[in-house]
Amino acid sequence: MIPNLKTDQKLKRFYMNRRQKTLLTIVVAAIILLCVVVGGALLDQDQIATNLTERNLAPSLQHLFGTDWLGRDMFNRTIMGLSLSMGVGLIGAIGSTSIALILGMAAATMGKMADRLISWLIDLFLSVPHLVTLILIAFTLGGGFKGIVIGLAVTHWPSLARVIRAEVMQIRSAEYVQISRQMGKSRWWIATHHIFPHLIPQLLIGFMLMFPHVILHEAAVTFLGLGLSPHEPAIGIILSESMKYLSSGMWWLAFFPGLCLLMIVRMFETVGGNLRLLIDPVRANEK
Amino acid sequence: MQLEARNISFRYGNGPYLFRGVNVTVEQGEIVGLTAPSGRGKTTLCRILAGFEKPLEGSVTIDGIPVSSKGFHPVQLVLQHPEKAVNPRWKMEKVLSEGGKPDSELLSLLGIEKEWLTRWPNELSGGELQRFCVVRALNTNTRFLIADEMTTMLDAITQAQIWHAVLEVAKARGMGIIIVSHEEMLIQRLCDRVIELK
Repeated sequence: MIPNLKTDQKLKRFYMNRRQKTLLTIVVAAIILLCVVVGGALLDQDQIATNLTERNLAPSLQHLFGTDWLGRDMFNRTIMGLSLSMGVGLIGAIGSTSIALILGMAAATMGKMADRLISWLIDLFLSVPHLVTLILIAFTLGGGFKGIVIGLAVTHWPSLARVIRAEVMQIRSAEYVQISRQMGKSRWWIATHHIFPHLIPQLLIGFMLMFPHVILHEAAVTFLGLGLSPHEPAIGIILSESMKYLSSGMWWLAFFPGLCLLMIVRMFETVGGNLRLLIDPVRANEK
Repeated sequence: MQLEARNISFRYGNGPYLFRGVNVTVEQGEIVGLTAPSGRGKTTLCRILAGFEKPLEGSVTIDGIPVSSKGFHPVQLVLQHPEKAVNPRWKMEKVLSEGGKPDSELLSLLGIEKEWLTRWPNELSGGELQRFCVVRALNTNTRFLIADEMTTMLDAITQAQIWHAVLEVAKARGMGIIIVSHEEMLIQRLCDRVIELK
């Protein structure tokens, strides 16, 4: 027997192909998501009320993630922060995806001038880091929930818009679309019946990949103090507040919320990236 | 009714002229063959006649009136690759009814079976798909049909079946047909007259 094959077989017990891995990640992500959403809905301000008799406790069974300097339970705070962050991320990502769809379609169907203008806009936004434009926009709009959501929605669309523009251009020149045009169908009819159904997978995956990005940027801007207001239990706020206490050895204040954020972001990125590979007919059979 | 292309010139971008000053006339009910070696612009000429492209010079008219770019185009083109000519995300029923519901007589004439209608395009063979494209092009509003290598990739029996059906429909409706093919036998057999593109 060839030695290489032997080792392959040994590994087989733990080996999963991309489909199985993706499915597993989706299931785990769904469970965590459900916990966060349900938890966020059930918990209210009473759950994180200050309790000065239980200050600065390390993680224990009673307080899974420990308590902070005001005696608030960090587990509850983390869940609430995650659900708030994901809410913001969801709205921001949906807004951004819609902008990408509209601009991508417009660039590809509305003639040369529109295409040039939108391509220029895409290049403009891509040439500056997201975070900088996001801070500028959120700051201009006065911060807070509204400022950060609008800021997120108008900064994350360019790369997806570019993908959609290319996709629409390709479909638009397909023979079946040209025939449809000769059958007297209007531009709008062709856009909704022929082009849009082809974009749905791209949109879904673009959204999946954008979502963790949006959450991270929201946390980053909030961490810098330019996003959500300090009385809201967002992850960014929890992290920035805990900075002061890290040096006194209270590692749990930043460790668990940060880890949760990282896990959710990584999970969505994995699912989105794997799905993108799986629906790509050229690369779907890679291991 | 007469389809007339007068003094047509065309080139892609700034490339050399594909053809200049081409004249084509097709009468109602007439079957015309169009032949030329590869790369001389047969398909491009067909696309111009069917309104897919605009000629650089010259005009395409029906009874002396320029064809309107809005609404159903009276000149319909059937292309060489049926897989490209149907939307892969549409079921065949939707593909067929894009220009209006075809009557079942036409379907049976071309040998399209009922169960094919609920299938996706990739579940049909090239010949089966091409029948759908032909039916779609044989709309009641179609006055002229251009068959650009319509049956080149089909076996002899299917070719014969499709051509019999098309000729029957054309005769009944007084439809003009332009046939592009490399097959001399086919052109000789079907056409009233042959135009050679030089």
